Amino acid sequence: MSDRLSGNEAVAYALKQINPDVMGAFPITPSTEIPEYFAQYVADGEVNTEYVTVESEHSSMSVCIAAQAAGARAVCATSSAGLALMYELLYIAASCRLPVTLACVNRALSGPININNDHSDSMGARDTGWIQIYAENNQEAYDNFLMAMPIGETPSVRLPVMTCMDGFITSHAVENIELLETEVVRKFIGEYNPENYLLKKENPLAVGPYDVSPYYMEHKVLEAEAMKAAKARILEVATEFEKISGRRYGLFEEYRMEDAELALVLIGSTAGTAKAAVDKLREDGVKAGLIKIRVFRPFPGEELARALANTKAVAVMDKSEGFSANGGPLFAETRSALYDLKERPYLIDIVYGLGGRDVKTEDIEKVFGRLANIAATGEIGPVYTHMGQRSKEENA
Amino acid sequence: MIYAKDINERTPWQELTPGGEIYEPGTARLFNTGTWRTNTPVFHEAACKHCMLCVPFCPDNAIPVQDGKRLDFDFMHCKGCGICENVCPFQAITMVSGGAPNE
Repeated sequence: MSDRLSGNEAVAYALKQINPDVMGAFPITPSTEIPEYFAQYVADGEVNTEYVTVESEHSSMSVCIAAQAAGARAVCATSSAGLALMYELLYIAASCRLPVTLACVNRALSGPININNDHSDSMGARDTGWIQIYAENNQEAYDNFLMAMPIGETPSVRLPVMTCMDGFITSHAVENIELLETEVVRKFIGEYNPENYLLKKENPLAVGPYDVSPYYMEHKVLEAEAMKAAKARILEVATEFEKISGRRYGLFEEYRMEDAELALVLIGSTAGTAKAAVDKLREDGVKAGLIKIRVFRPFPGEELARALANTKAVAVMDKSEGFSANGGPLFAETRSALYDLKERPYLIDIVYGLGGRDVKTEDIEKVFGRLANIAATGEIGPVYTHMGQRSKEENA
Repeated sequence: MIYAKDINERTPWQELTPGGEIYEPGTARLFNTGTWRTNTPVFHEAACKHCMLCVPFCPDNAIPVQDGKRLDFDFMHCKGCGICENVCPFQAITMVSGGAPNE
């Protein structure tokens, strides 16, 4: 069925269709509407979720961890400083192998304090052991959330899943959306039946015991293997999802990449802007293409290297700084992935859009202009730059 | 199901439980923490008046009591801290260096 919803409404509606056992609820801009809309469903008796209002995000994630360990399906939503306050618990959820589902509505982290979109919150959590799936628009925010549980709850995976969407741009803008029927969603998600859980009376379970050094490394290897196994499961779930929705998803989306010589690699809503720029450049005969990363954890390194193997110049666009003084996190992953190619394209990193700084099709066209120049001359120039800031100097 | 008794410090990662989960109660019984001991108490039964002062002071519950009398130390749990020697009014406990229990 067709509807018009904001990204937050879409995720709240997905939650209503899923009818999870427990929600750890705490508000923070721009994710607040998700628990807010969901509270209405709870109050109206449309779901039978245990809706736990807590005093902080540290507690909302703690509620989710405890509930999931008990054998329940637990969800929550947060942004920015909320995710940062969960930092320790994110590791606990992942290392206890509890497939909690979290809707992260991406917002800049302080400081200076800012409520608008960039990816610094979820990028800061990229190494916590959570699967991370990013949406370009409302439809993808809805679809990704529906796919999260079948991915995370699989016994070979058993990892928490964070579905991310761009704050305000996606979370608050209303778009046309195709919703699935609730019974179709329930059948797709299925029941959560973990093999062991705290409330299983047959065998008492201890979760999160102290791990001495003769065991810790082995448990981390198990976790790392689970993250590797997640890649195949994500694709499997995408195939199943296509059957019920007609919408196809991969680890990333390749847009006009067949014969592309110049390409962008980026995440999230900027893909919509970039696709318009690619279309315009294609009309002018420029062999431009775009890769939109959907799954950042596990990172699709080999697949990305294959997709970029025949390009001449690539710009990675990072919507978070990272402060490595060596480029943003997406650049580090992409450059590492390309190292194994025999012939590599020229590669630059452009950090953009921090704290809600707008990016327009003309900005994307300028990036392609820079790539065309690099491909033609072989002169790469500065590898790591910022875009969109006021400056005394002329730059891309 | 993987049981605690079947894993040890030579078990490969493939045979451990996800997240170190433990699927049964009371598994502390399987671990001899007495191996951590660097000093060892010696119980002199003849000097002991069974006043029971040492028993509640022991942080590891390593002094067993039966029929109103204390028995020799439980060396599976004793860490050799020496508190018992310190509180004993009758010099019925003395510490020796090394982790080996009293022969």
